[in-house]
Amino acid sequence: MIQRPPPEASPTPPRTAPSHSGRLSAFLHETALIAPAAILLIVFLILPFFMAGYLSFTNERLVPRPIPTRFVGFDNYTRVLGDPDFWQAFRNTFYFALLVVPLQLSMSLGAAMLLNGRLRFRSFFRSVALLPLVTPITVIIVIWAAMFQIPDGLLNNLIRLFGYQGGFVNWLGDARWAMPSIVLLSAWATFPFQMLIYLAGLQGIPIERYEAARIDGANTWAQFRYITLTGLRNVHVFVIITTTIQAFKLFVQVDLLTRGGPLGSTNTLVRYMVQEGYSAQRIGYASAIAVIFFLLVATFALLQRALIPND
Amino acid sequence: MTSRTARYVPTVLAIVMAIVVLVPLSMMFTVSLNPDEAQIQITLGTVRAFIPHVVSLENYQQVLADPHQPFLRYLLNTVIIVVGIVGLGLIVNASAAFALAWGQGAYRKLFIGVVIAVYVIPGESLVLPLLLMMSRVGWIDSYQVQIVPFIANSFAIFLFYQFFTGMPRELMEAAKIDGAGLLQTFFRIALPLSMPVVSTLAILGFLDAWNSYLWPLMVTRGPEYRPLSVAMATYFTSQQAFWGNVMAFAVLMTLPVLVVYLIFQRWFVASVMSSGVKG
Repeated sequence: MIQRPPPEASPTPPRTAPSHSGRLSAFLHETALIAPAAILLIVFLILPFFMAGYLSFTNERLVPRPIPTRFVGFDNYTRVLGDPDFWQAFRNTFYFALLVVPLQLSMSLGAAMLLNGRLRFRSFFRSVALLPLVTPITVIIVIWAAMFQIPDGLLNNLIRLFGYQGGFVNWLGDARWAMPSIVLLSAWATFPFQMLIYLAGLQGIPIERYEAARIDGANTWAQFRYITLTGLRNVHVFVIITTTIQAFKLFVQVDLLTRGGPLGSTNTLVRYMVQEGYSAQRIGYASAIAVIFFLLVATFALLQRALIPND
Repeated sequence: MTSRTARYVPTVLAIVMAIVVLVPLSMMFTVSLNPDEAQIQITLGTVRAFIPHVVSLENYQQVLADPHQPFLRYLLNTVIIVVGIVGLGLIVNASAAFALAWGQGAYRKLFIGVVIAVYVIPGESLVLPLLLMMSRVGWIDSYQVQIVPFIANSFAIFLFYQFFTGMPRELMEAAKIDGAGLLQTFFRIALPLSMPVVSTLAILGFLDAWNSYLWPLMVTRGPEYRPLSVAMATYFTSQQAFWGNVMAFAVLMTLPVLVVYLIFQRWFVASVMSSGVKG
């Protein structure tokens, strides 16, 4: 047993040069701070990430079965690339993005410019514009389901009011209209987010530029074209890419309203992956879709980092 | 266009925008207050569907009393999940970020690099392997399966890291001279100072929990651990023809978020600006 030295005998350690035990305790403190996050990130993010890659080369099933899981090489990938359902989901996902991104961008930029300009009751209008953002997405879907009602829901009555002659539109039940309907709902649901980003961007454009342009005789359109749009270049890149990535992830709207139908016209990459991996329990096959989906999203995310200097 | 009429253009456009936003929401409130399901069906596409003309809480009573779809249980589940993720995430992410900002180890550069790199991984790519892991360890249908995987968060670590690296070096050295170790400095000085980041992450985590759908859909089997988002979807599917009840459920689910929004509007705006929410 080590005898404890009497207290008066222990000198206070010099503050400038840390002792060996001081360095050890600093190391322990740092480990205690960093370890929980490191372990959780490894177990729940990095491990599943590599598992998805590994599983995509196997015929793993969700529920264990008597036949052991086999390594199947590139089989899943060749099957995915020859799978018409996959390509339909792929096309649908891009179609959705192609429609929703411009719509959402013009809605959000328009709303942001309104709220940034001279406007009475500005804070009231801003609070109203933000309401879709605080409404849970499943609630928004339910409300729109009521508006999509046939034959005389709100939207059908509205288009008849504006002179539509063809009876009614089967918004969600018609393969031509189902995806555009999902686009309307989705643009409504998330435009306030992009609006806030644009608002921050607009507030960063010095007002003197507009004054100088007015003195030089620039009209409203020229001011919008050469000052607003040019001044927002980096904001545009950010908003376009984040909105596109968000659009690629389309799932809950179609899962709840159309189940991917009619005729697969609203099935998306994420929904097809869930359908294969969860409902049909083909984890190996679905993991190949997950890897392709990751590559797609990562490409766009890296594009953003390349296009915006020192983000 | 004369400048006189041009002056009214923004106001008119703003009113149009307000109508587009408010009509669907007022429809939810109006229909939820109408006890007569047959009348709702007939008037769903008309003005009567979004201007309240009867006020009855019958639908709300029915929703709250439904034994198969226990609303209050769903609410409790959602609150437990959001408190779990936000509360534990706060400590775990902030402490890691603090070590990265003011620690000594050579690993820190690599760690930050990894944190930034993994941010591009979409959660959707990870749900299947995660599901496989969770079902093998028997965590399916529980609270922890909806909390533990989401505690550590690369975005939160990055946000805290930015904040902590901005703290003055003198403050850190003063703490060191007073004999405080890294742990004490974190808990006594850094964490209390980082309240702006804390409120941002709390609000985003709160919104996330009210919107998350795919993961709870896959890992819950019944009402016991199911959150509101999935319950809303199930309720909607099972009550297709009963718009009054469905809308009452929707209002009850929206109210907590609405209240938080109205109280913390300023922080809300700032938080959402710093990140994208909703899937």
